[in-house]
Amino acid sequence: MASKTKLVPTPSIGLIPERDAGKRPILECIGLGITFGGLKAVEDFNLIIGRTEIAGLIGPNGAGKTTVFNLLTKVYQPTHGTILLDGKDTHGMDTAHVNRAGIARTFQNIRLFPSLTVEENVAVGMDTQMKYNMVNGILRLKNFWKEEKMVHERCLELLSIFHMEHLANVKAGSLPYGAQRRLEIVRALATCPSLLLLDEPAAGMNPSETAELMENIRKIRDTFHIAVLLIEHDMNLVMEVCEGICVLNFGRIIAKGTPEDIQANPAVIEAYLGKKKEEA
Amino acid sequence: MADKMKKLNFKKFLKGNALTYLMVIVAYVILFVMQTLGLLSNSLSGFLVPICAYVVMAVSLNLTVGIMGELSLGHAGFMSVGAYTGAVCSALLADLIPFAPLRLAIAMVGGGILAGLVSLIVVVPVLRLRGDYLAIVTLAFGEIIRNIMQVIYIGKDANGVHFAMSEGALNMAEGGKMIVRGPMGVVGIQKISTLTMGFILVMITLVVVLNLIRSRQGRAIMAMRDNRIAAESVGISIAKYKIMAFVTSAVLAGAAGALYAMNFSSILSKKFDFNTSILVLVFVVLGGMGNIRGSIIAAAALTILPELLREYADYRMLVYAIVLIVVMLVTNNPKIKPMATKFWEEKIAPKLPKKKAKEGVVNGK
Repeated sequence: MASKTKLVPTPSIGLIPERDAGKRPILECIGLGITFGGLKAVEDFNLIIGRTEIAGLIGPNGAGKTTVFNLLTKVYQPTHGTILLDGKDTHGMDTAHVNRAGIARTFQNIRLFPSLTVEENVAVGMDTQMKYNMVNGILRLKNFWKEEKMVHERCLELLSIFHMEHLANVKAGSLPYGAQRRLEIVRALATCPSLLLLDEPAAGMNPSETAELMENIRKIRDTFHIAVLLIEHDMNLVMEVCEGICVLNFGRIIAKGTPEDIQANPAVIEAYLGKKKEEA
Repeated sequence: MADKMKKLNFKKFLKGNALTYLMVIVAYVILFVMQTLGLLSNSLSGFLVPICAYVVMAVSLNLTVGIMGELSLGHAGFMSVGAYTGAVCSALLADLIPFAPLRLAIAMVGGGILAGLVSLIVVVPVLRLRGDYLAIVTLAFGEIIRNIMQVIYIGKDANGVHFAMSEGALNMAEGGKMIVRGPMGVVGIQKISTLTMGFILVMITLVVVLNLIRSRQGRAIMAMRDNRIAAESVGISIAKYKIMAFVTSAVLAGAAGALYAMNFSSILSKKFDFNTSILVLVFVVLGGMGNIRGSIIAAAALTILPELLREYADYRMLVYAIVLIVVMLVTNNPKIKPMATKFWEEKIAPKLPKKKAKEGVVNGK
């Protein structure tokens, strides 16, 4: 049932540097699966993502897309299969380890630190890159000022991707919805990931915001040279921005390929895209 | 340039906390002068050290409850560990170090360290439990500590220090001196705590807690409180920061305990029961979760309030309760805060034009 063809980065858009084509993929999932009691939430999930690829994960509600993210970030420990991150097995790692190893994510239901400011939210993302210890911090020694200054500048730089520098001192909880989503992406980027997982980044955004988001996803990939895997229900965004798409239904992959392949795939049309769209 | 940098750093160092430090310093100076001039009544000046101790307790508990967001009901347990350790330290060192403030400082450090070590035991459930369940465990911890304290006997004689779990087993030589006498608590403490030492401990506590909050560790701790899953997803090690916050809080409580104990000639373990833990928690809740300045004010006010209300002996607890309720209503009322802000901006702020202008120039540079 599941197609065994591997999802290979397609440099058709011309943004992926040529040199990346022959490199080791950033993420390899081999036979990944999890069962909750008797329910197979995700089963036999195989996926390969190139180093600077933008990939999409789509499927109807309840297909297991977010579960895949939770497996990749070890919120759930997979019951089957292997996850190789940059060729390294992530077996036995917890969420924090996986992040330090290079996977950062955003959440479907926004999870910011609402009582911290926007800048502090981003700075928390950089915590693992900071070295000064508690004594340094309490006594305000040289290391503290040096690193905090560096972090402050870096935070503003990252926030500038989404033109949010002016919001740096606003409490994250009081931001409008769209800005909260963007801040989550910035916070994830602050952890210096090599793979960015975006869980419905365009949810609740209007068309112009979505268009801007598409630009920014590409910009992020080009600036940071990282891979992006996104879950999204906005087909315009997915078809526009993703180079490879993977379709899930009932926890199994039903199709993989380029946006063109997916749009033409009868199984996908049947399960998810629907026929009406073609008529319209 | 370097000078300017230093100035900036100093400004940042104080950023937002200047008022808190200033408040404590001013209060200390006023009280110190009044005490020296003999303007304070005897009973009132007896409250000065306990106020300092309770301020430290409230600020340190605020680190656990307000900043880390975990309810701890056993904070008095750490205080009692500190109190006992400090009193014993002081008694043992009485001949070696005649200079009282130094001995008190050593006693506070000793009390803090032992309380920190004991807290490492409590950290195990802290890492595994959350919310109400953790509150129950910390409550039990406080009671366990109190009960252990009741069967400890420590004495000192010509042969050295004796330690036992019952009076008979102590085997004291003739002329030996009992330091800890089980249910009778620590006896024969030299009263060496002073307002100045209390003030120094409060200042140290403030520097530790306020600077911790405004460093990467504090950010991580607050991030954990706000959203644990998100904090983990950005690589924050939950265990590391929880231990850090909890142990820091316990160490400060231990030092406060040592300060508190040395204000009395004897101290009972009964003093550090569940009620004391709740009392400190009331300070924290009343002052505002995560609001250090509020904790200080609440601790000082509520420690002194029963004493000030002594005249109305019959209605003392009634007034105390009413004050609690009023403060709760005022601090938690969303309508009061804008009103206070408006009052500040319209009535008070225009009268301080010089200060504002000056600040603007500094920021402009």
